[in-house]
Amino acid sequence: MGSNMAEQHPVGFQWVIEAKERGARVMHVDPRFTRTSAMADLHAPIRPGTDIAFLGGVINYILQGQREFGDYVRHYTNARVIIKPEFRDTEDLDGIFSGFVPEDRAYMVSSWGYAGTDGELTAGKKEQTGDVSGDASHGAHGMKLERGDPPEEDWTLQDPNCVFQILKRHYARYTPELVEQITGVKRERFLEIAETLCANSGRERTGAICYAVGWTHHTTGVQIIRAASIVQLLLGNIGRPGGGILALRGHANIQGSTDIPTLYDILPGYIPMPHPDSEDDFDRFVELNGPDTGAWGDLKSYAASMLKAWWGDAATPANGFAYHYLPRVDGDHSHYPMMLRMLDRKTTGFIVMGQNPVVGSANSKLQRRALANLDWLVVRDTVEIETAAFWYDSPDIESGEMRTEEIGTEVFFLPAAAHTEKDGSFTNTQRLLQWHFKAVEPREDCRSELWFAYHLGRRIRAKLASSIDPKDRPILDLTWDYPTRGPHEEPDAEAVLQEINGRHADGSFVSRYQELRDDGSTTCGSWIHAGVYADGVNQAARKKPHTEQNWIAPNWGWAWPGNRHILYNRASADPDGRPWSQRKRYVWWSEEEGRWHSLGDAPDFEPDKAPGYQPPEGAKGMEAIKGSSPFILHPDGLGWLYAAQGLVDGPLPTHYEPQESPVRNRLYGQQANPTRQEFHRPENPYNPSAGQPGAEVFPFVLGTYRLTEHHTAGGMSRTVAHLAELQPELFCEVSPQLAAERGLEHGGWATIVSSRAAIEARVMVTERVVPLRVDDRIVHQVGLPYHWGRKGLVTGDSANELLPLVLDKNVHISEYKVSTCDIRPGRRPRGPALARFVADYRRRAGLEPS
Amino acid sequence: MVRSICPYCAVGCGQKVFVKDERVVQIEGDRDSPISRGRLCPKGAASAGYVNSPLREQKVKYRPPHGTEWQELELETAMDMIAERVIGTREESWEDVNGDGQPLRRTLGFAVLGGATLDSEENYLIKKFFSAAGAVSIENQARI
Amino acid sequence: MSEPLEINVWPGSYGAAAKPRMGFFTDTSICIGCKACEVACKEWNQIPASPQQGFTGHSYDNTVDLGADTWRHVAFIEQRKPVGLDSAGGSLVDAAALHQLIDETGLGTYQEGDGLRWLMASDVCKHCTNAACLEVCPTGALFRTEFDTVVVQEDVCNGCGYCVPACPFGVLDQREEDGRVWKCTLCYDRLKDDKEPACAQACPTNSIQFGELTDLRERADRRLNKLTEAGAEHAQLYLAGDEDGIGGAGAFFLLLDEPEVYGLPPDPVDTTDDLGSIWGAAGIAAAALAGGLLAAFARGRP
Repeated sequence: MGSNMAEQHPVGFQWVIEAKERGARVMHVDPRFTRTSAMADLHAPIRPGTDIAFLGGVINYILQGQREFGDYVRHYTNARVIIKPEFRDTEDLDGIFSGFVPEDRAYMVSSWGYAGTDGELTAGKKEQTGDVSGDASHGAHGMKLERGDPPEEDWTLQDPNCVFQILKRHYARYTPELVEQITGVKRERFLEIAETLCANSGRERTGAICYAVGWTHHTTGVQIIRAASIVQLLLGNIGRPGGGILALRGHANIQGSTDIPTLYDILPGYIPMPHPDSEDDFDRFVELNGPDTGAWGDLKSYAASMLKAWWGDAATPANGFAYHYLPRVDGDHSHYPMMLRMLDRKTTGFIVMGQNPVVGSANSKLQRRALANLDWLVVRDTVEIETAAFWYDSPDIESGEMRTEEIGTEVFFLPAAAHTEKDGSFTNTQRLLQWHFKAVEPREDCRSELWFAYHLGRRIRAKLASSIDPKDRPILDLTWDYPTRGPHEEPDAEAVLQEINGRHADGSFVSRYQELRDDGSTTCGSWIHAGVYADGVNQAARKKPHTEQNWIAPNWGWAWPGNRHILYNRASADPDGRPWSQRKRYVWWSEEEGRWHSLGDAPDFEPDKAPGYQPPEGAKGMEAIKGSSPFILHPDGLGWLYAAQGLVDGPLPTHYEPQESPVRNRLYGQQANPTRQEFHRPENPYNPSAGQPGAEVFPFVLGTYRLTEHHTAGGMSRTVAHLAELQPELFCEVSPQLAAERGLEHGGWATIVSSRAAIEARVMVTERVVPLRVDDRIVHQVGLPYHWGRKGLVTGDSANELLPLVLDKNVHISEYKVSTCDIRPGRRPRGPALARFVADYRRRAGLEPS
Repeated sequence: MVRSICPYCAVGCGQKVFVKDERVVQIEGDRDSPISRGRLCPKGAASAGYVNSPLREQKVKYRPPHGTEWQELELETAMDMIAERVIGTREESWEDVNGDGQPLRRTLGFAVLGGATLDSEENYLIKKFFSAAGAVSIENQARI
Repeated sequence: MSEPLEINVWPGSYGAAAKPRMGFFTDTSICIGCKACEVACKEWNQIPASPQQGFTGHSYDNTVDLGADTWRHVAFIEQRKPVGLDSAGGSLVDAAALHQLIDETGLGTYQEGDGLRWLMASDVCKHCTNAACLEVCPTGALFRTEFDTVVVQEDVCNGCGYCVPACPFGVLDQREEDGRVWKCTLCYDRLKDDKEPACAQACPTNSIQFGELTDLRERADRRLNKLTEAGAEHAQLYLAGDEDGIGGAGAFFLLLDEPEVYGLPPDPVDTTDDLGSIWGAAGIAAAALAGGLLAAFARGRP
């Protein structure tokens, strides 16, 4: 679900084909019939944005039929934990949980907590301004539990306030009939899927769920994934071979750029960025962000080692390891608010590296307007992408809404090096770091980002060298002395990897994160990567052929943390440490040797902690994790069916309609996710939804997606002749019924309109797109791949012109996968007529005075 | 022959890069990889076409404010100008404390975007340097 | 054409240098339509991009056919056979009207229909045992290799074009610039280097399998049995034996439907045996119109 794996990850899909050949059943729940559906045993077309209703139905099916993996659920999940009596469910409050503050559109989360725990969890005020960042957002790391124990539990799972019973009540109305009414998936089809999942789980069998941006691109994205995790925890499919929830990520290093983040709210290894509340007090930062128990219980060691890696001798125990050098985050400074700040001229400089927001981000016109308000813009890419060319070549220039001469932005375009022109590592979608070696020198002015960052930093340091301004100390005290080589003085990528790995005081390399200390005696740029340079060897560069090792292939590349390939793999054994079955054995306890064994993976557990281990009084960190608690990143060591903290929109996934939907929420009076981030401003109007006046102006559901033949915003595919010819033009996919209704001709042109923009596309009439019967009406969908723009060998309008900014507040990801539109035959208007055409739609929808 | 990893999606297929006269002449799958076993999708198979694309830019281009055409600029000059812009904008937009007197020590005056197509080592240096400079708006494709 | 050219015969002409006959088994039942084969082929053989076709509307196929600049080609066929659709005559509007009727009368909705099928198949030169192209070639540019494959030597081809109509599959094609004929070489240069052809190496799901023809035929038989047992009633091997009109092929296929559905001639013949039954391009198109919704993506539609 939420993934079109055969099209987007074709080479990964070989393993699905192989599993299918060995008897696995492949089921695809997706709005369109795609190349993945074509290879599946079963396809269920689902209305976009209704995945929680579907998965909630599966949860209900499991619970009503007592199909859960009982031993796993009792021992390894928080099903047995008692929740505070003041908690109120969406079933009680018509679609919202207890603690909602309507004027802030935010929850006070204290009532969601484990009974008997401290309720001082932040939400509320800080979220008012869209702030879920910094200290406040990382409650998931922060729960304080004595010895890692939830204070109140009921091992019989009968207490009405235990998680298991709350879960049961929460999903009781998600019946097959309701699933059909909301999602459009016929109940027989739904039941077949639910039953297949149950029948293929348990001691002898496991099932996996794959997802991708089809799940994340929603105002309920995080909760969709949470719903899948509830399914998999109930069925005992986490931490076991053949199980899991597999995120299929879209860029070569999108995983790596999250782990070692170029993201505003975290530091390397998911350490939160500091909030002003911690003042300059490093210990206070640790107190606010780290739990006492579990793997995060050693946050202080991880953070101190990172600060030592960055500021070297200037970071001492006495000054909190220069913690005060870090900038503070007190609001949402993610991608879209960043662009809005540019629009408002509060952010005036912008450096873009290998990303193309004018094509890849929602509401393209808003993106361009933001760029046009900058003082300076640096674009680094291999080709001249639309983001670099916005000032002379854009729909707004064409329509006369912008004029080149009036755009004051100074633009630098710097050509980038390709992957064959530099050393470095990509982290793939399985957390596996793989090193790539430089094959040739980059030509002319082409340079790596490593070169750019290093030499820009070097220049700035030189220019500030004589500064006595305290704000320049963090720059000047930074460890910034990487060896360089070659004609371009390219910094040594391996030296950077060594810093990421970390060292002991004697200069030797750290070999595992457990060696890190909070006294300044270790450095480590990213704690989860400790060991990637163990024994002085670049472990990410290991290339032992798969034919010379077993299927886990532990000697190819290196998976963080500690080369563990399946996370939480302690759960592949029963509470006593025995494999659940011989067929599914993976990690098990050897009583004779007093340690965990495995088929070849590193146990994701302390190697010699016995299954019967009970934490002593006052235990902290990993010491507080029981020998039978596999989920070591959680302070209680349990898999969370119910998330008492860490999320801003509820402890349990609940069905809400998308921001723009032709359908009313059938379950609750609350139509959409009450915490979603909206941006009400003239550049970002929203199409009216069901029940609002003007909704009929945009009657169809619009979905955007990708094609095998192209890559994201097109800079690496529309510029390559052998790819460009395979999908040369933007097209829209519509059903024969919608084509008949709107007079769309196969192979002809259509204009697709939202309140933001109108674009044109060739028409593909296909039965792979189906109208869905939802309640008593038919919902039509329009499908649009989004790869096109105005540069490259093949050009066309961008689908993202049509989309609004509206975000899941947990992660600030916009709802690309579902919105509403109108569609009509023929090409869009040209010149100034285009803007008038869209404005007319806005007037008809009541969004603009007529 | 040099061993590499496909630059497109996150499956992480192994690639073998064949070089002749300082030029990439062929890129094909690495059979040793346990991820891909030598196979590639159309994008991966087109990698040589990507690195050798005639559309690749090789020179710095510069557009002054309100300019109507690209101009040439030396890389060294461009780097120096960018360093000046960063320093200047940072200076103008520096926030030392918030209204409650708590430390901020940051600038929201400039932003950095991109990372999912870059190497982890590159992201590390970007995050490290710009954080030290007080920049907070550092983002990438993970949110799109 | 004063004297007939000597034509290499395999294995005889090669004596001890003859290698086992090598070929492709393209198992379309696991083709995901990714087109890696098209691209890998073009990259290795340095084939220019096809003449710009633009959006063709043939499902996801925009390279249209095998040709001088497309030596592997993936066909996409969308099929649906719900209640009485065949009687709608394949017209989309008719089909839509019929489905409207189905919806209104409650006879069925799309969610219930399991009849939707998206067939994908990678086509290639068949490297015929009796290769008419080779037989009509006046210059000897087309020759039979020690692997029993059929290859054009581009430095010998004079662009006469005799081979083009001779091919019963419409594989051979002249490049516009110089009129010379280009087609799949089964990566002759790679074979000599002991490497498998670029398309087969790239293919993510192993839909394209390369090997000794005798092994491939055994593998194909097993695969067909498995699929037939699993209920794929129209699954069939195409060109897998020696008994057809071309004496067998070096590249053969497992199809999930009749060859016509994929635009392949059901009974190809060596045109030098019987010039009266050439399966021309027009015939292929006509046959393609035969199956269900396929009509929507047939060539020539505006």
